[in-house]
Amino acid sequence: MNDPNTSAQPGQAPVQTPILDAAPVVAFRNVSITFDGPPVLEDISFSVAPTETRILLGPAGVGKSVLLKLANGLLRPDSGSILLFGEEISQMPEEKLFALRTRAGMVFQEGALFDSLTVRDNVAYQLIVERVADEEIDRRVRKALRFVELEETFSLFPSSLSGGMRRRVAIARALIRQPELLLYDSPTGGLDPVTSTTIIELVMKERDVYRTPSILVTHRLQDAFTLCTHRFDAELNRMVRLPEGETDPNTTFLMLEESRLIFDGSLHGLLHSENPFVREFLE
Amino acid sequence: MAIDTLERTAKQLVLTVQDYSLFAWRAFMNLFTEPRYWPEFLVQSDIIGFGSTSIVLLSGFFTGGVLALQSAATLSQFGATAVTGQFVSITMIRELGPVLTGIMVAARNASSMASELGSMVVTEQIDAMRALGVDPMRKLVTPRIFACISMLFFLTIVADAFGILGGGAVTVFLNHQDGPQYFSKAWESLRYPDIIQGLVKPLFSGYIIASVGCFYGMRTTGGTQGVGRSTIQAVVNAAVTIILVDFLVTRVLLALFPPL
Repeated sequence: MNDPNTSAQPGQAPVQTPILDAAPVVAFRNVSITFDGPPVLEDISFSVAPTETRILLGPAGVGKSVLLKLANGLLRPDSGSILLFGEEISQMPEEKLFALRTRAGMVFQEGALFDSLTVRDNVAYQLIVERVADEEIDRRVRKALRFVELEETFSLFPSSLSGGMRRRVAIARALIRQPELLLYDSPTGGLDPVTSTTIIELVMKERDVYRTPSILVTHRLQDAFTLCTHRFDAELNRMVRLPEGETDPNTTFLMLEESRLIFDGSLHGLLHSENPFVREFLE
Repeated sequence: MAIDTLERTAKQLVLTVQDYSLFAWRAFMNLFTEPRYWPEFLVQSDIIGFGSTSIVLLSGFFTGGVLALQSAATLSQFGATAVTGQFVSITMIRELGPVLTGIMVAARNASSMASELGSMVVTEQIDAMRALGVDPMRKLVTPRIFACISMLFFLTIVADAFGILGGGAVTVFLNHQDGPQYFSKAWESLRYPDIIQGLVKPLFSGYIIASVGCFYGMRTTGGTQGVGRSTIQAVVNAAVTIILVDFLVTRVLLALFPPL
């Protein structure tokens, strides 16, 4: 992870970097995928710019998790193309994809921690595979766990953690190699409101302190709006509300309905959308 | 309607065989390229090898005992009880040792591989491993296959030895025959082709047990119920394939080394 102090001035609002006209980190072009039955995703096109956080909304079972797994090649589309870090991955052999995936972090719906390994070994999984020295592993794991405020769980097994703690450990695991992209699959799903806020605060901290681009899947509007209307204050070590009427310019929305992308834009655009499904979803 | 069902089942069967062949081939070839996970190989060797010793030892001992019991009744009609040792040792080493050990190890380890990997699939741990840039085939499947092949080889030797011992115990304590005669006949009658036959078979069985167990585990769908289904499929298919391949290997080896 980068040093937070070099990325943001403590106590000040993070610099509102406008979305650069640089090559997107992820780009979907007319992507479709079908399993047994009707299409799960049809003709999906969108991109994620560097430093951008894209919040993917939609009802349960609409294909949000499938879209996220397509983004790092865990699934392959039937048609269309997907660019990850500028490389076309829809036809890329699995062996090459492994190297590319190490540049992206993914937080799964239920955490997907390896239940036979300790928190330390879970968080350090990639480092252990890369045969990094034990002292270096311990140092980096402690730093990642400190980021999610769970340093005391270092030697515990996932079975002894609560649902919220497991998600936080999963976030630490995704962050340990300083990813260039983060994919969050419903990180607050099934959690109580207080724990959900803690998780969203961590997502915001990663966004505002380390400026990592991300796609966050959720069906909880309150989480999406909180991310848009708050920023992380590094000095206070908590999130604070942006002034009335201001929103984070790098946080934008996508919405899926019945396998199609029906909205791609800002919070303002979402709130003023004329699409009947968007209106119904918001209300 | 019935023809449709038959056609669907046949297609499904062909697809499964094709998927399994590709899976088993890839897992095997992974051994010849980097990265290799030797610590995983050692852990799996301990689980499969040391963990299965007691069941293999007991099943071998009692199978040898039963062979001595059954054969003694028939052989006594011809006044040939002296060859009980020869009968037990050749049957154990050529056939029953490898096959029974394979089936016992399949029951214990193919099921555990299918349920362990199946649970990892349904809880997205396999996807998490792939997302972390680690190939689950190399990390989980290949070490299990090579650990199973190497351990089954030694377990078969243990089963053969305890089978002959079991036969000896029955011969001496229940059939009240001569022990040294039993063991000398058991030893004298063995030829190298018998031993080759007995030690080639576990190499195939070990490959089948681990590849079938991992294959069904890795293609688990349908939550915890799916894990149960995969476990059953793994054990049943591994056991049936072991017997089928045993028949084919025996046919080939008998052609290569014809009996005297």
